[in-house]
Amino acid sequence: MKSRIALIVYILFILLPIYWLLNMSFKTNEEILGTLTFWPQNFTFDNYIKILTDPSWYKGYINSMIYVSLNMVISLCVALPAAYAFSRYKFLGDKHMFFWLLSNKMAPPAVFVLPFFQLYSSVGLFDTHLGVALAHCLFNVPLAVWILEGFMSSVPKEIDETAYIDGYSFPRFFTKIFIPLIGSGIGVTAFFLFMFSWIELLLARTLTATNAQPIQAIMTRTVGASGIDWGVLAAAGVLTIVPGIFVIYFVRNHVAKGFALGRT
Amino acid sequence: MAQITLKALAHSYERNPQSNGDYAIRRMDHVWEQGGAYALLGPSGCGKSTLLNIISGLLEPSDGEILFDGVKVNSLPPEERNIAQVFQFPVIYDTMTVFDNLAFPLRNMKVPEHKIQSKVHEVADILELTPLLKRKAKNLTADEKQKVSMGRGLVRDDVSAILFDEPLTVIDPQLKWKLRRKLKQIHEQFNLTMIYVTHDQLEAATFADKIAVMYEGQVVQFGSPHELFENPSHTFVGYFIGSPGMNFFEVTTSDSGFRYHDIEFPASRKLLQQIDDIGTDNIKLGIRPEFVHVWDNKNSEAFEVDVIDIEDLGTYHIMSFQFKDTVMKARLHEDQKIPTSKAWISFPEQWVKVYVNEFLVEVEGD
Amino acid sequence: MIKTENNKAWFLVLPVFALVAFSAIIPLMTVVNYSVQDVFDAHTRYFVGTEWFTKMLNDPALQSALLKQFGFSFTILLIEVPLGIGIALLMPKRGWSASLCLVLVSLPLLIPLNVVGTIWQIFTRGDIGLMGWTLREMGVSYNISRNAVDAWATIILMDVWHWTPLIALLCYSGLRAIPEAYYQAARIDRASRWAVFRHIQLPKLTNVLIIGVLLRFMDSFMIYAEPFVLTGGGPGSSTTFLSQWLTTMAVGQFDLGPAAAFSLIYFLIILAVSWVFYTAIMNSQKEK
Repeated sequence: MKSRIALIVYILFILLPIYWLLNMSFKTNEEILGTLTFWPQNFTFDNYIKILTDPSWYKGYINSMIYVSLNMVISLCVALPAAYAFSRYKFLGDKHMFFWLLSNKMAPPAVFVLPFFQLYSSVGLFDTHLGVALAHCLFNVPLAVWILEGFMSSVPKEIDETAYIDGYSFPRFFTKIFIPLIGSGIGVTAFFLFMFSWIELLLARTLTATNAQPIQAIMTRTVGASGIDWGVLAAAGVLTIVPGIFVIYFVRNHVAKGFALGRT
Repeated sequence: MAQITLKALAHSYERNPQSNGDYAIRRMDHVWEQGGAYALLGPSGCGKSTLLNIISGLLEPSDGEILFDGVKVNSLPPEERNIAQVFQFPVIYDTMTVFDNLAFPLRNMKVPEHKIQSKVHEVADILELTPLLKRKAKNLTADEKQKVSMGRGLVRDDVSAILFDEPLTVIDPQLKWKLRRKLKQIHEQFNLTMIYVTHDQLEAATFADKIAVMYEGQVVQFGSPHELFENPSHTFVGYFIGSPGMNFFEVTTSDSGFRYHDIEFPASRKLLQQIDDIGTDNIKLGIRPEFVHVWDNKNSEAFEVDVIDIEDLGTYHIMSFQFKDTVMKARLHEDQKIPTSKAWISFPEQWVKVYVNEFLVEVEGD
Repeated sequence: MIKTENNKAWFLVLPVFALVAFSAIIPLMTVVNYSVQDVFDAHTRYFVGTEWFTKMLNDPALQSALLKQFGFSFTILLIEVPLGIGIALLMPKRGWSASLCLVLVSLPLLIPLNVVGTIWQIFTRGDIGLMGWTLREMGVSYNISRNAVDAWATIILMDVWHWTPLIALLCYSGLRAIPEAYYQAARIDRASRWAVFRHIQLPKLTNVLIIGVLLRFMDSFMIYAEPFVLTGGGPGSSTTFLSQWLTTMAVGQFDLGPAAAFSLIYFLIILAVSWVFYTAIMNSQKEK
């Protein structure tokens, strides 16, 4: 019973700041800046309507979702074969390669901001969705390789050998047999890829101007001549949480099984 | 010391069991005597693990009672039951040394350290673990790990029964017999009740004095390996024990015996009366392949049958043959003539068993 | 697993190599290039050797920022790791409540970094924020834009709020992977609750904890957006973390040489600490 209470207290701690944002998003600015109220007195959807009807607002969400999806697809496509190679074979420089890959996850984005800006501008990737997706690959691809390698190592090698004896070619074996086997692993990897790409701000903001600007960067606009538009800011914040809820909902069954990344 | 009694025991995982099928363990009465070596044998899903967990206290039975030396222990947790259990996959404490693993139950009971020392060394000696005492348990081989998990039960003075749940599953075949002999030796050395769950008849027969064969949630026969072989009391026992299993064929009753197509097997009036009283059509005759008599030549006592297949198993052959509409098997000895397309067989009367509703029927008071 | 020697495996790694190299090697070379030059404009630059490195390493402001950064990373690890393990132990094991718990606990993880900053900025304001208002009503003096201690405590609280779920989720799935027989054996051995945790659960969590601690160390050492939004680095420069120093230096003041030199030092520190940490744990695990 004591443990139940502790858990509920923790979950309240998690939910309270989010509730406050939600609460504010349904208030008018007058109410927000007036006396403090625990729930909206004049319930209003105006803040949401403003965001969802103004293309300069809602395009930010679309942009974010496009580059996050692109990043997930690219990362998984290149990381799957590489993780397979690391989990199954020894080859020249494999250990160095693996550590070098991981070291990119450790590189602070702040280090790369300026050179990235210059490089991506010179090859025409500045302010494109592909540009942001590629930049996020820098830390997401190593992470994907790392997670997937753990899962693949826990799949016995006999499965590969049996499939080859049964006459499967490598691509057919990989797509028809191996990938379904590590379904949980791919689910968990997708969760992490989404997470790190969706929440990243520094690179996404630096590498975009208008066409591919993410919602996080647009949110800074709520500071207008008349001060901060708190209601709209809160509504915009709430809307950034929604895609995450869907992602968790889809992977929740994998999480229990597979979050240990196959390394237990 | 423990005599374990199951009294009208049954268990269902459902909240409101309706039919027999809802029970993992069907109502049973059974006694495991103090100091016996028993095996609980049956196919997977027959309820043997459920029964073991009820005995160890990991599971509380939904119906009936379980008694240790006459005391009801239904709701006592495992730690208060004076039992030890060895699991299918070795359970060891990875981060501890072998010594610490063996000392763990004693330390939990706050036994003084000098007593722990002597007890652990004593048990390690018996299990031949002494050279490994200082090693991390994580790096042991599977059979060593199983010995460590057994040792954790043996160090405790209060343990009176050890339960084994298919303990040899992950052991290399060449080490299996070694570990089995160790178990036997420990049984003789310590005055312990041992219950050994397995689906392997050979393991059961080499380990146990008495085997309980389980089928669909009930113990269908409890007896020595010899009894199970010669006198299976249920068709399942006949089929499950022995390799290949017993031959069965369905018959009907007539005035003077059993009728199988145009063949008549004589039977006593008394037996026929008994069967008649049960009142069912489910009557089978059974005979072990070892007891089917195969004649070298045509013979007036023998039936002529078509040979389907001869399997060479090294020192003996197994012949499959068509006996009317039933395929049956017979075991041929090494020096016996191997029939080609026709064979002449007969069934010695004392080895033909009668099964009604799958259970063995013998003449009462004979 | 025994791996076979096969250099053809390189073909499978090649796409990853090409992709990461494109985004890593060229920019890294640029940074190295800047770090040894003094850049005035696009056409005027002088080679200065290791001058910037020496200068940066001797800059007291950066030294103290570095120290603060270490202090921050260790503080949050000290709080988040035990708390995360505790939450994982408390979470229900099956049923709808387990799913609900998973979804609720993971919520903070998927909120963009600057939105996390915004949420806490609002939440802690004395006029419109629940926490700030409550503290003020209770008579506690609390102001993150004036008091450095308040600002620090709030940033740590925010990080704990945001990232403890990661540790908790990792541990939760680690715990689910422990076979039931271990708990049964422990009961038969009369192990106490603490002994079960110490000898069964904790050893089985080591692997996921390594991942969790490494990820948390790296990310907390690079923290940028959340404190930037919450406090803007203030009051004064009390909550200015290394990443913020760096971006101000490079993008704000265009001091490319020093910024680049500092970037490399920064990068190498993370690399070194992660490597030491990783190998130390791996070795202690291999020991007999």
